[in-house]
Amino acid sequence: MSHAFNTLDQVTAVPPKDDSRIRRITTEINRHHKRPDALIEVLHVVQDLYGYIPLNLMTFVSREMKVPPSRVYGVATFYHFFSLRPKGEHNCIICMGTACFVKGARNVLEKIETDFQVQPGETTQDGKLGLQTARCFGCCGMAPVVVLDTDILAKVTPENIVGTLQEKIGNNK
Amino acid sequence: MSTKYSVTIDGKTVEAGPKQTILDVCKTAGVDIMTLCYLEGVSNVGACRLCLVEVEGTQKLLPACTTTVAPNQKIQTNTDKLKQYRKMTLELFFSERNHICSVCVANNNCQLQNLAREAGVDHIRFPYIFPEAHTDASHKEFMMDHNRCILCTRCVRVCDEVEGAHTWDVMGRGYQSRIISDFDQPWGDSSTCTSCGKCVEVCPVGALWPKDAMLGHLKKSPEMVTELVHKRKHRS
Amino acid sequence: MNITELNQIAETVRQKKSEFKKCVYVCTGAGCISSGSLETLDAMKKAVKESGHEKDADIRPAGCMGPCVQGPLVKIIPEDKMYQKVVPENVKTILDKSLLADEVISSLLLFSEKGEGGFSKAADNPYYRKQNKIVLENCGSINPESIEDYISIGGYSALYKVLTSMSSEDVISEIKESGIRGRGGAGYPTAMKWKFVHDHASAEKYVICNGDEGDPGAFMDRSVLEGDPHRVIEGLAIAGYAMGAKQGYLYVRAEYPLAIKRFDTAIKQARKLGLLGEKIFETDFSFNVDIRVGAGAFVCGEETALMASIEGKRGVPSPRPPYPAESGLWGKPTAINNVETLANIAPIIQRGGKWFSAIGSRKSTGTKVFALTGTVNHTGLIEVPMGMTMREIIFDIGGGIPGGKKFKAAQTGGPSGGCIPEQYLDTPVDYDSLTGLGSIMGSGGLIVMDETSCMVDVARFFMEFCMDESCGKCVPCRVGTKHMYDFLTRICEGEAAMSDLEQLKQLAPFVRDTSLCGLGVTAPNPLLSTLRYFHDEYIAHITQKRCPAGVCKMTSGVGHVH
Repeated sequence: MSHAFNTLDQVTAVPPKDDSRIRRITTEINRHHKRPDALIEVLHVVQDLYGYIPLNLMTFVSREMKVPPSRVYGVATFYHFFSLRPKGEHNCIICMGTACFVKGARNVLEKIETDFQVQPGETTQDGKLGLQTARCFGCCGMAPVVVLDTDILAKVTPENIVGTLQEKIGNNK
Repeated sequence: MSTKYSVTIDGKTVEAGPKQTILDVCKTAGVDIMTLCYLEGVSNVGACRLCLVEVEGTQKLLPACTTTVAPNQKIQTNTDKLKQYRKMTLELFFSERNHICSVCVANNNCQLQNLAREAGVDHIRFPYIFPEAHTDASHKEFMMDHNRCILCTRCVRVCDEVEGAHTWDVMGRGYQSRIISDFDQPWGDSSTCTSCGKCVEVCPVGALWPKDAMLGHLKKSPEMVTELVHKRKHRS
Repeated sequence: MNITELNQIAETVRQKKSEFKKCVYVCTGAGCISSGSLETLDAMKKAVKESGHEKDADIRPAGCMGPCVQGPLVKIIPEDKMYQKVVPENVKTILDKSLLADEVISSLLLFSEKGEGGFSKAADNPYYRKQNKIVLENCGSINPESIEDYISIGGYSALYKVLTSMSSEDVISEIKESGIRGRGGAGYPTAMKWKFVHDHASAEKYVICNGDEGDPGAFMDRSVLEGDPHRVIEGLAIAGYAMGAKQGYLYVRAEYPLAIKRFDTAIKQARKLGLLGEKIFETDFSFNVDIRVGAGAFVCGEETALMASIEGKRGVPSPRPPYPAESGLWGKPTAINNVETLANIAPIIQRGGKWFSAIGSRKSTGTKVFALTGTVNHTGLIEVPMGMTMREIIFDIGGGIPGGKKFKAAQTGGPSGGCIPEQYLDTPVDYDSLTGLGSIMGSGGLIVMDETSCMVDVARFFMEFCMDESCGKCVPCRVGTKHMYDFLTRICEGEAAMSDLEQLKQLAPFVRDTSLCGLGVTAPNPLLSTLRYFHDEYIAHITQKRCPAGVCKMTSGVGHVH
């Protein structure tokens, strides 16, 4: 069966030296004295800066921290918070925790999937909306909850979510 | 503190020392324990759950490979429950990926197959998951076939702990976990692999094999690594 | 920092507070923020300032007050008025009537729209009357971003007491007398855990606060970390002293940015005042705390996986023994305590183990914080004495089921727990009773389900969760949860035969008995407990291809052949 390996080109692309983000990452690595146990902290910083963890940045982190490539990749793919693919311009995370589930989060998710033609973990074709699911934001009292970029939307329904999302995507035109 | 004490295994009293694992004690006492992820010379992970034993006083089944013995411990290794569970564990291994012995390079030289025979597994009662898995023939000498991988991580451990290359690791999680080389690149592209072949020798199944091996003629020698570790430790 | 300075800080704050006629607390927990409480807070401050009453009313942010769904919540002291859904438009009225005068605005009172209002004093409301707040006593009544506020209500005096008048053994025996058991779920006696680490001779030891609250539907730890972070730091420091650890960690989920921010602020404040760092209270005790942020893996709530994650590795558990108390973080003796457990430590030291042990039931002392959610009227955060019945919690505090629907089950313990059907509503809620019913106390998620929930679907929901969260190390969990999920899916889709149910029943105890860590061991619980209490629903799905609750979409009748 087919499988898309990551290629040498993807892995070895050298990030531009004058990119200030590289300096931020280096600072974080040095702040932890290059200790390998800071790998997760460093990956958090990479994701904060880039919105995801690009492959060539993994190479950079691996070399700077002297952590084997397969370990960096293993860690980055173990934790669901880390994404290896660029996210959308706007990102919408549907909470699928128990409280939200009981209050109908699945219907909200299905509505978004159909109306925006996007599956969890993916971004719409125009790159405007990324859809993800999460396991509980701890706002269960407000269930069902959707996190849109940095806002927490409470008591969402399949009816009201579409409008909210369209407004958000439209606003950015 | 290094005094010997006695433990009971399947009703037989045997001598044991502190820090010895139940598996070590069983080996010395000639009690056969089924193992799969265990390999002498690399660290123990207790992942395959085939070496589980019953210990009086605890409800939990404990892996013999990682549990150290305690004085006067009463250990059972072959109860009906354990036999049944071992069988189920083996069945789960078979149902997980695409194991078809007759077309496997390791046929008749496969530890999983041997254990299944030993445990009396004559059919798999659970539906095969048949996941999409791939093979990697990019390395000049060796092959990797994920269809047959059982995720025992012997290759990962030997590569990290003995060879020191850490080419292999595990990516993802749950039933979607997979062994990867470097950044999930073709093995042949790996910048860390020394092509030492230890992973191939220790792989208990037909997931890793040398390209020149003929179907059904594959011989592996995991003991090679055990001896190597021993020799390195006692180098004068 | 010495005791005189500590008392001085407390006195200054108290003095300042007493100069105000009224104090207004605006809830700034994550729940209320999502309903706009920050705007309310700003509007309130602005209104007071513009009307020239800055010296009369003190407007402060506070932590979670409980009934999140009614937010933004505002509390007025000294009358203890609790107003709900306060938007900036309400601010002027509140200022005129309840701050400059003493009137009650009944339309804003908590739960007023449900016809349950009329309690001008919040403490009289049955919602609060039946609660007993120890862990949450400061949540909602101090500013979580002010160490001075915490000190003013006696904060860090327990640490002072411990460092200056108690030996480490004294501390452990006080904790032992309290009878407190770990609030993370399993209920292991805290004193025993501490004693094991204490007894291990090692120059390096660690104490970890487990804030990886992964149970979906639980937010107790988040609320405590957001609402009273210093209480947790004080608990950590006392634990460190009792066990001989100099370094503590908070391991917290990345999904809780506000909790991380507030805890980080709290650490910095404590360091600045010398309440963390070298020679605390001029004694020989030094202690530091650092934060480690998780990255989205439920299994990291498991102790050995959590430590692997702190070490920067894949959060994969290891077999126990060896236990963390013997070989934990970086191979050193380590104690891992839940947020809520640590939040109980300072009060136990201050008021005594005996006082604590008198609360709750005999084998489960103290209180328990629950996140009450699902189909229940008053969703939010509550704290009740152990041993209260499920009925009291759901119907008296929770206000019952909305929309005249019928109660079906209460789920505790999340994906590791089980559900409690109606016939057991009068069982006291404590560790042992819940275990007896096939559920567990868990960390405190309590999800109420009414007749519109399908229990097979619920079992599948939790199994999917466990399958997705399984680390993949051991076979029973990795493959077993996948098989069980597939079987449950077939049942929900009306495609299963009775033989599938039989296989499911074989797999469940096998996965429970042979998995490596707690995740796999408890993964079959929701399945087993729904099988126990709602067996007929499974049968209806299989033999009649019918979902009694009308949730599952059946695809039967398409000629599926087995």
